[in-house]
Amino acid sequence: MRILVIEDDREMLAYIAKGLRESGHVVDEASDGKDGLFLVLEGKYDVVVVDRMLPGRDGVSIVQTMRSSDNRTPVLILSALGEVDDRVEGLRKGADDYLTKPFAFSELLARIEALARRSDAEAITTTLRVGDLEMNLLARTVVRAGQTIDVQPREFRLLEYLMRHSGQVVTRTMLLEKVWDYHFDPQTNVIDVHISRLRRKIDRDFPEPLLQTVRGMGYVMRPPDKEGS
Amino acid sequence: MHAAQLLRSSAFRVALVYAVLFGASVLLLFGFIYWSTAGFMRQQSDATIEAEIAGLAERYRSDGLNGLTALIEQRLSRAPEGPSIYLFAGPDRRPIVGNLDRWPAAEPDAEGWIDFRLGESTRPQGESVRMARAKVFRLAGGFNLLVGRDMQELEAIEARIVRTLIWGVGMTALLALAGGVAVSYGVGRRLGSINVAIDEIMKGRLSRRLPTRDSGDELDLLVGNVNRMLTNIEAAMDDVRRVSDNIAHDLRTPLTRLRNRLELVRGATAPDNEEAVADAIHEADRLLQTFNALLRIARVESRNRTDGFRDVEIASLLADVADLYGPVAEARGQRLEVSVQSAPVIVADADLLFQALANLLDNAVKYVPRGGRIKLSLATDAATATIVVEDDGPGIPEALRGKALRRFWRLDDSRSSPGSGLGLSLVAAVARLHDAELLLEDAAPGLRVLLRLPAGA
Repeated sequence: MRILVIEDDREMLAYIAKGLRESGHVVDEASDGKDGLFLVLEGKYDVVVVDRMLPGRDGVSIVQTMRSSDNRTPVLILSALGEVDDRVEGLRKGADDYLTKPFAFSELLARIEALARRSDAEAITTTLRVGDLEMNLLARTVVRAGQTIDVQPREFRLLEYLMRHSGQVVTRTMLLEKVWDYHFDPQTNVIDVHISRLRRKIDRDFPEPLLQTVRGMGYVMRPPDKEGS
Repeated sequence: MHAAQLLRSSAFRVALVYAVLFGASVLLLFGFIYWSTAGFMRQQSDATIEAEIAGLAERYRSDGLNGLTALIEQRLSRAPEGPSIYLFAGPDRRPIVGNLDRWPAAEPDAEGWIDFRLGESTRPQGESVRMARAKVFRLAGGFNLLVGRDMQELEAIEARIVRTLIWGVGMTALLALAGGVAVSYGVGRRLGSINVAIDEIMKGRLSRRLPTRDSGDELDLLVGNVNRMLTNIEAAMDDVRRVSDNIAHDLRTPLTRLRNRLELVRGATAPDNEEAVADAIHEADRLLQTFNALLRIARVESRNRTDGFRDVEIASLLADVADLYGPVAEARGQRLEVSVQSAPVIVADADLLFQALANLLDNAVKYVPRGGRIKLSLATDAATATIVVEDDGPGIPEALRGKALRRFWRLDDSRSSPGSGLGLSLVAAVARLHDAELLLEDAAPGLRVLLRLPAGA
């Protein structure tokens, strides 16, 4: 994946770039808003990571410029402020995701990968499939190996998100934000309970589990026979 | 101010005591006035009688019996209805001349003074009993002379003085009381507004100040001092908060870096160490969570009200939070019930309200034993929407409930249970931001937390 990181804090920039390269991505770096925007408008990136506060041009205005010139590249805004309003403003102005500093690198990576996936999965689909698990988005049914599985509406959304991002690590915070639509910090790992309920329904009665825990990071849904898992 | 409140007010009590003391001194003063005026009039009247007797005796000595009777008759005819009483009687006390029909039965005292009732016969019937005071004088030849005065007029004057003085005392007492009420009402109103301000300050609005009137009186001086004290306290608390926020902020960045390095190391270490590294990451996450919670509280507390506020359907917010925590409770063998009768829309920060409810449910789930019940409900009236989180767990002892909202406070001092002790502090901060009332009550058994949001919030 080709990723552009626009960040004025050199140490942070180096850290992010190094991490992303180690995860197998191609990274371009820009340390101020003007250079960043210039690179962005070339339009060759899969994901853009941009700091909220930049010399020259702030992150939100870069997103605005991109969107007004019909550049649809997914953007993740990094912010040191962490105010809810900033988040809301950034998302309203066209950013796709928002992450508050300091963050765990795994969180950033998971979100970047989810964003890249979203841009090519945006095409209208009516069925999602992971291994022998199949979800019909119109009929809102879940079937595994020919066996219909009864899920609650919220479980459906949870499973849908996991299936849309199959093969990617999805963090707990991402699930809370995307499935519950609230931006908050649970004190306990409430999401684990929901995952284990979902597991009971889709995995327990089948020989091959699809939903796996990645320690310290989150969850991943992937077909069992996929190599390298 | 109600009557009962007035009676309890210390200003009124002081005024009352003052009125009683003032009334007592006025009574004493009036007593003295009465004694000196009435006594003086009696003295005057006695002196007149003595002078008259002396005159009559003189005439008897010079002109004999006939001269005396002529003089008495002359005086009687000059003022037949006057207050003067004369009686000239023989040695057997049989009247010879005078306006008294018989000699009074009462015995005179050593100086010859005699107080008696005026005869029923001399004066017209039906009049009230009238007292007279006279002096008896024995003339040469055994004749008796009595000169006196009808005391009715004097007594009437005395009675008038007494009446006036009594009215005076009554009016003084009334005025003192009315003044006391007025003064205590004024003071009471000022104290009342001061109390309202203190109430608000205790609810957390530390920037509020007590009202002054700029009159420079003692109360104003006191209020001014208290206000300066509040400013100092506020500054000190801000300092403490800033220090803890700065610590959290400054430690958060290196901690994140540490966590990220551990994460980078994890993939590259031998499988034996991987577990240890994962544990270290988990521990770092917990620390970060605590710091994040501290900073979040600080942000909520320093935030401007209504920034980021929008219309929130409370009922669907409750449904969402119940959706999130229902399975958590179920997994712990508890029951989460939701009871929502109305669907109010209020202006609020949905994320923060959700966070607050999540914290309350986190706590409930943590402390309620297996088989317990947690109830999430919503009650509305015209002015408020009250979210209630109630459980039948161990609750918080009444004495500790006030402390429960403090940062890092935990029910078990051992700090062995998971959690940062910041959950309820954040709830309190969110409540303050929304101008909501946060109450912890005894659900007998268990804990009931009420979050009373103003409907217009």
